Amino acid sequence: MEPTSFVVFLSSVLFVIGALGVLLRRNALMIFMSIELMLNAANLAFVAFAQRWAQLAGQVFVFFVMTVAAAEVAVGLALIVTIFRTKRSTSVDELAQLRG
Amino acid sequence: MNVADLETVLPFLLLATGGVALLLVDLAVPQARKSLTGWLAFVVALAAGVSALALVSGKTMKGFAGMVQADAFAYFADVLLCVVAALVILLSLRYHTARGLMRGEFYPLLLLSLSGMSLAVHAADLLVVFLAIELLSIPLYVLSGFARPRLESEEAALKYFLTGAFASGFLVYGVALIYGASGTTALGDLRAALLDNPALTSDALLMAGLALVMVGLLFKIAAVPFHFWAPDVYEGAPTTVTAFMATATKAAAFLALMRVVAGFAALSPSLAQPFEVADALRPMLALIAAITMIVGNVTALAQQNVKRMLAYSSIAHAGYALAGVASGDATAVLFYLAAYAFATLAAFVVLIAVGSTEGNEDHRYEAYAGLGRRAPLLGVIMALAMFSLIGIPPTAGFVGKYFLFRAVVASDLTWLAVIGVLTSALSAAFYLRVLMVLFMREPETAPEAEPAALAADAPRMVAAYVSAAAVLLIGVFPSAVLALLTGGELVALVR
Amino acid sequence: MNDFLPIFVLLVLASGLVSLVLLISVLFGPRRRARNETKLQPYESGMRPIGPAQRRLPVRFYLIAVLFILFDIEVVFFFPWAVALRELGWAGLLSMLIFIGILEAGHFWLWRRGALEWEKMDK
Repeated sequence: MEPTSFVVFLSSVLFVIGALGVLLRRNALMIFMSIELMLNAANLAFVAFAQRWAQLAGQVFVFFVMTVAAAEVAVGLALIVTIFRTKRSTSVDELAQLRG
Repeated sequence: MNVADLETVLPFLLLATGGVALLLVDLAVPQARKSLTGWLAFVVALAAGVSALALVSGKTMKGFAGMVQADAFAYFADVLLCVVAALVILLSLRYHTARGLMRGEFYPLLLLSLSGMSLAVHAADLLVVFLAIELLSIPLYVLSGFARPRLESEEAALKYFLTGAFASGFLVYGVALIYGASGTTALGDLRAALLDNPALTSDALLMAGLALVMVGLLFKIAAVPFHFWAPDVYEGAPTTVTAFMATATKAAAFLALMRVVAGFAALSPSLAQPFEVADALRPMLALIAAITMIVGNVTALAQQNVKRMLAYSSIAHAGYALAGVASGDATAVLFYLAAYAFATLAAFVVLIAVGSTEGNEDHRYEAYAGLGRRAPLLGVIMALAMFSLIGIPPTAGFVGKYFLFRAVVASDLTWLAVIGVLTSALSAAFYLRVLMVLFMREPETAPEAEPAALAADAPRMVAAYVSAAAVLLIGVFPSAVLALLTGGELVALVR
Repeated sequence: MNDFLPIFVLLVLASGLVSLVLLISVLFGPRRRARNETKLQPYESGMRPIGPAQRRLPVRFYLIAVLFILFDIEVVFFFPWAVALRELGWAGLLSMLIFIGILEAGHFWLWRRGALEWEKMDK
């Protein structure tokens, strides 16, 4: 295997861990951290592929994804803090106000 | 960067600049006069809509080194999005005062989300698709939690945020894989690369990336099985935000989806008109469209709450539009989205009027009993909206469904059109139930809201007339809308 | 591979040093087992710790941290820009000024809303 493949493999493992974390974890903060893991898996893949294609573009994408992730952190944590103040809990199982 | 680049995304630039500027202007607006911020946002949205209307043409222009594209579809969507946003602003003025939500941040956030939608419809590069989807989503997360400390609203915001961020995780990882397989994220280059190198079309990395990107986008349009967040979010969010999400967000996400699908057209050996759907994608899109139509309509049947019923209705209509995407007729899809947007907005006029009265916001069917007789104007508007959503002539919904199903049949997906027609017939049951409650049922308790209070607000009435007129005019003169949509000639989604 | 040799050497040296220090402390350090309660307390001198160690911090710290992340991450765009400043010319400078202008708009908004003032933050 070429060296890039190892990195891509690692990134896919990180992505799967993140996706499983979102589905299995019940705490909003942990779900959120798992989502961040998915985004960073994508960043790792971008860097690896930038090397494969010998382009800078792939590395620049990482900056954009990082910025978006930071904006998501700001909004997401604010929402989690807000709901914690109202409910005193961050478990998504207790978010059962809305049921059809 | 030069002036021609700026022109390709002029509506986006107006909205983004307007949004940031309005955030600062709002600092100087005293709390008692926050409706001024709303009116300024209204002006910005209209200005962006007018700029898009002025730029409509059949030509396709690229800007910013091929990152964005300006064509008739994009400008048409811009006009639609800006008009919808302007109407939502008109609806919000009284509603927010009544619900104690009159905070100035609402309007800049709405404009920024709208700018993300405008960017999404102009996207010609997967990276721009991702950035635009984020730009439209992040303000929406905040807006759905705008009614804090009402727990339903906070909960809706957190659910929307977690599912939305999860979806963007899929989207961006898919973009990374597509970049890895092809060395480009520009949709036009991707298409050229696929045509040049047929071996690439069976590349596992590319197909995995495409699947992940599709999952991310299907989340955004709330297609089954990625729809589970929508009812809760739509119900919990402030009704004005729900109206905005159900109409504008859906239209923008659909155009982004079609651009991506068109970028992968070269996967297909047989290229059909008007825009090509890859053979690898068509069965998947058709299947999801069928499931979405069935699940959306059947579940809507069981709802006891009008707001929640409209959420499932929006899922069902995403199914219809998705059937159009599978057929490859972008014109039919956009026409349908416009028809759906105005009908849904007309229905939300009634919901927002009810929500703007004193007391708790109650959207259960019982709360609407006899409303059509107490406030006949609202009753008529709701009737028009429901007829259009079912697809009864002479409303926009009928023409929209006619074009759509015709396109679906023309692309050899007759079974899908049959499902569409059958589920439309089924949908009459729950849409007509609203009208039955509105006109035939007596309220159980004495109504708290006076008819005068329901009809008093002038901006809301303007929004009501405009959306009702749009439903009728699109239904009676569809060719005028089609001319705007195609700018006189057909254009390609990806070039 | 030669490029990575110094890193490899550093890795060996660092892990060797750490192992050595740990080994020495195991060999020469006092190894008396704790026999009484006093020995196990955080402060053997007799001071009693009050409350749990993991205290909740005021939410103000969170706000400052988030604001820091938001503005800090934007700096990553400055680095590639700075490297290519001369090639980009006036258009590059103008673009960056617009970018900074947007950031400053956000900063100004935060400042006017009192997000940077420690006293006002508790609302």
